[in-house]
Amino acid sequence: MADPNLHRPMALQQTPVILPGHDFETVTETIAEIPLARRFPLGWVGFILVSLALLGALHMALGYLVMKGIGIFGTNQPVGWAFPIINFVWWIGIGHAGTLISAILMLFKQQWRMSIARFAEAMTIFAVACAAIFPVFHTGRPWLAAYWLFPYPNAMGLWPQFKSPLIWDVFAVSTYATVSVVFWYVGLIPDLATLRDRATSKIKARIYGMVALGWRGSARHWHRYEVASLILAGLSTPLVLSVHTVVSFDFAVSVIPGWHATIFPPYFVAGAIYSGFAMVLTLAIPVRRFYGMESLITMRHIDNMAKVMLATGLIVGYGYSMEAFFAWYSANPHEQFMIYNRMFGQYAWSYWTLISINVVMVQFLWLKRVRQNVGLLFVMSLIVNVGMWLERFVIVVTSLANDFVPSSWAHYTPTFWDYLLYAGTFGLFLTAFLLFLRFVPMISIFEVKTLLPQAKVEAEH
Amino acid sequence: MAHTVETTNALHGVMAEYDSGQALVDAAKKTMAQGFTRVEAYSPVPIEDLNTIIHKTRTVLPKLILAGGLTGMATGFALQYWASVIEYPMNIGGRPLASWTTFIVPSYELTILFSALTAAFGMIVLNGLPRPYHPVFNVERFSMASSDKFFLVIESEDPQFGAAAAFLRETGAKGVYDVAE
Repeated sequence: MADPNLHRPMALQQTPVILPGHDFETVTETIAEIPLARRFPLGWVGFILVSLALLGALHMALGYLVMKGIGIFGTNQPVGWAFPIINFVWWIGIGHAGTLISAILMLFKQQWRMSIARFAEAMTIFAVACAAIFPVFHTGRPWLAAYWLFPYPNAMGLWPQFKSPLIWDVFAVSTYATVSVVFWYVGLIPDLATLRDRATSKIKARIYGMVALGWRGSARHWHRYEVASLILAGLSTPLVLSVHTVVSFDFAVSVIPGWHATIFPPYFVAGAIYSGFAMVLTLAIPVRRFYGMESLITMRHIDNMAKVMLATGLIVGYGYSMEAFFAWYSANPHEQFMIYNRMFGQYAWSYWTLISINVVMVQFLWLKRVRQNVGLLFVMSLIVNVGMWLERFVIVVTSLANDFVPSSWAHYTPTFWDYLLYAGTFGLFLTAFLLFLRFVPMISIFEVKTLLPQAKVEAEH
Repeated sequence: MAHTVETTNALHGVMAEYDSGQALVDAAKKTMAQGFTRVEAYSPVPIEDLNTIIHKTRTVLPKLILAGGLTGMATGFALQYWASVIEYPMNIGGRPLASWTTFIVPSYELTILFSALTAAFGMIVLNGLPRPYHPVFNVERFSMASSDKFFLVIESEDPQFGAAAAFLRETGAKGVYDVAE
């Protein structure tokens, strides 16, 4: 294989996607030994105990919510849409990076995608699960929500209102969740067969054998598999862009100052990918360290992810400046007041914190030294997720708390239960993610193998 | 090791093992050139063109997926039209009952949903899965097919099967094994 760095000046040389020294056997061994290990690593046990405690908090918050109703939240009039929608948009946004990596980068034949696609997709599925909790439970009586949300013949003869973006959102998010799970599972089948063939205990071989569906890796199998994967990637690409577009319609189709803006769809999609890549870095940096995956998730991956964060962060910054410009240029007093109120009103602290994170801090990613410093990047990725949460807080709360009529203005303060429910979703996310790390190959074994020289076949020999 | 009539009847085929994808592709080409017709190759990674070399046909999956997507689009639109115009007409801001532009998003999402489910389940069903048992699993070495070894099988239904084992040994195989039915 030709060395891509051969004719490049020193400053432009790239770390390879996979560090040298790997062959088919070492790749299989490195990745498959984790789910097949007999013992549970001590650090993993510690993390899952914390996660389970948070998951318990989620059950407590949901139980109390169902018992008492949504009066336990800080939501008031006029801020009738607060923590639940903020957290919903935040979690859904995080999911977008997984689909971007597995689908869009697949269409663009980005080989660095392969090492991180599997666990980024897992992150997507778990983030969407966390997101779904909020719209369902903020109704207060989720067992009644079915007939507003889903078109099914019910005893009352009622049907959903299809002219509302909220019902579009139900279709977009449920399709997104289903397609993400299906795409992820299809990607897993050949690797589950590998685990079936390598399992030393009979029970594990049985279980992995069942979920591998009897995959044999024949020429026909692979042919149909490749066709299906490519088409799934092609379908997921417009899907992922449509999901956050439709989420932004929830706001943009209304008439609230600060929401009614045509820039919302692209601005929301860029923000989603930005926060999603931050979350992938938050997960990838400790995982590659603790599981010794530095040769498969290399500095090239870390560097590329930081670059995607920089690019999408700049688009988000452009969105902020356009919001301010539109408000001024519209000559609409309500719009102008909205942006003034964001900058100098009761929630000015949240606006300036978000600007200092998403507009100022992200500029440090221009420096290669910063992109190569994993410790610093880890901290930055956490801060970016705080920044993106604040963005949704600013959009939702400042616009509603001070809308058209000053006599109806109010202050919004979240309650203990708002915070507990939010913290609880981290329990669900982390528990699911830790179980995934323990029982499922976290990196796609067969895809990484296709990068190795052993897999190269010359068409005419 | 010559095959006796008795074992040949109970065999699914003979299997040859190779160390690399290149060796497998070369052997597959020779096998097809020799006129064998019931052949299958197994590899730990997808190998471009291997299917074309052996089977000559491409899958119908893309056509099925297109049909699935069109069905999804029609379902989504019909559902909304029926609910909003026929079964439960409601005046929303004075807009026409059949305002097709507002039906675009759910129709679009169902197009994607139906095509994606067709792609995934179509791949699984056309591949004959789930199928926990298959004769090739009887060969102990075959467990390496998902790690780093490549295999070529000539099935016993092939008219030239009698010559298969001897032929495969000539193709640079690391080993040739009987596959019990």
